[in-house]
Amino acid sequence: MTIAAPRIAIVGAGPAGIYAADILLGRVPNASIDLFEKLPAPYGLVRYGVAPDHPRIRKITDALHEVLVNPRIRLRCNVEIGRDVEIDELRAAYDGVIVATGADLDVALDIPGIDLPGSFGAADFVAWYDGHPDAPRTWPLAAESVAVLGAGNVALDVTRILARHASTLTHTDTPDAVLDQLAASPLRDVHLFARRGPADVRFSAMELRELAEQEDVDVIVDPDELALDAHAERMVAQFSQRRIIVRTMTEWAALDPASRTASRRIHLHLRQRPVRLLGTDTVTGIEMERTASDELGRMVGTGELLRYDVGAVYRAVGYRSTPVPGMPFDAALGVVPHVEGRVIDADGAPIPRLYATGWIKRGPVGLIGSTKSDAAQTIGHVVDDLESVEREARDDDPIAHLAHAVDLDGWLRIDAAERGAGAERGRERTKIVERDEMLTHAKQEQMMETGR
Amino acid sequence: MTYVIALPCVDVKDKACIDECPVDCIYEGERSLYIHPDECVDCGACEPVCPVEAIFYEDDLPDEWQDYYKANVEFFDELGSPGGAAKTGMLAFDHPIIAALAPQGDHA
Repeated sequence: MTIAAPRIAIVGAGPAGIYAADILLGRVPNASIDLFEKLPAPYGLVRYGVAPDHPRIRKITDALHEVLVNPRIRLRCNVEIGRDVEIDELRAAYDGVIVATGADLDVALDIPGIDLPGSFGAADFVAWYDGHPDAPRTWPLAAESVAVLGAGNVALDVTRILARHASTLTHTDTPDAVLDQLAASPLRDVHLFARRGPADVRFSAMELRELAEQEDVDVIVDPDELALDAHAERMVAQFSQRRIIVRTMTEWAALDPASRTASRRIHLHLRQRPVRLLGTDTVTGIEMERTASDELGRMVGTGELLRYDVGAVYRAVGYRSTPVPGMPFDAALGVVPHVEGRVIDADGAPIPRLYATGWIKRGPVGLIGSTKSDAAQTIGHVVDDLESVEREARDDDPIAHLAHAVDLDGWLRIDAAERGAGAERGRERTKIVERDEMLTHAKQEQMMETGR
Repeated sequence: MTYVIALPCVDVKDKACIDECPVDCIYEGERSLYIHPDECVDCGACEPVCPVEAIFYEDDLPDEWQDYYKANVEFFDELGSPGGAAKTGMLAFDHPIIAALAPQGDHA
């Protein structure tokens, strides 16, 4: 290796960045890593994307914490690229800069009415119920009937959080203000729409099943929408997970309608795609078109239109990344242009010492764990380049001036404050939402020290 | 509730799942991989990457492989909860159900 003790910057302390740090230290044990995070707290999507009623998946934070306490990693939260430090400054001061800022915005859905009040993106709703510091503090939950568009696990999360009785969330880390607003929701019906047939949805089998495991919530499926065409028959024969998903839906469709007496209902609609949102000043309904699969399994419209009266529409049709200042960005794909994690310029040439991993690299696909194998690919190239590329002198430590950064101890003080607030209520944690409050907790000890 | 590794893994051990597991709860035995039932967080990342479709959510185990739930649980009877497969490395034993199997697949 040409560099005796490489210094690496990772931007983004979500699962992508933390797994990248772990894998890098496995390959290059004498590397030192500065891990930057925009928010005052680490863990990205695991803290601010995983639904609060999925406490087991939240436990991934325990595994991520194990990595963060490695003394070769310096955590620097509350540091934003473009505001506090530039990508080029990092490239000048480090032997590699790995950008892992994820995907936090909703993909646009270009249909008439989508900008009406009452039309929401799932990413914004998730940020609200997960207590993201930058999310709105109130959420309009006035509708008795709502539509959710999407056939992935985020659509299931949104549907579940809307349909759940808030009393079943009190043991979670959900902020009180969120619980209070959910408790006041008059909701009776959620219409969940998948554009394609039962064998082509992207739900995880287990998370789909969870819809029906909630207290006083019925899941209703129209048996006619479950009919398997030739394409679906092939998919079901070939893939066990799709078989399980179809079986689950078939069981729901077979239930006696007279037994469906819950106060809230989830209507799972298949083979319907959105045409337009209805309403003049606010959403009052949605028009859908029934779809079918052609012999190759491609979705085609049938021209049959259906209308549903709903007071809100949530689209969960995918995430996209926020561009990182000073870094190339492919706006059409919503990702950073790269070859196996090496970021490339407009001519396709790799930009020295600049890498990407996670959702900003490959788009918002896969489960949290998928980001680990993805990081292994990027780190493979980082290590190759460290071994082969000559490096001119690097700049001095660029983060010395970042006095407002929250380090590992600062985060652990926020963490302790959240656990303390949770313990008072007999739960593991209550999330602190306000950025200022988080930063106050982070600095608590330092302030006490200065005061002495 | 947990994910379970069944018969198709035996004598294959592709290990693609290990690269995906966010909590490193998939342990390697002599002839099969095993999911730690207490360490697994039910995220489901392992299931779609298994090239031989050996991984199932507990409720979805095919009838003929129901025993593999027990095999995955009991494999850890002596080990307890090591808190990550990287800490143990390969374990030179198998659950008796798997140890008793004839050699599987192309390796036979």
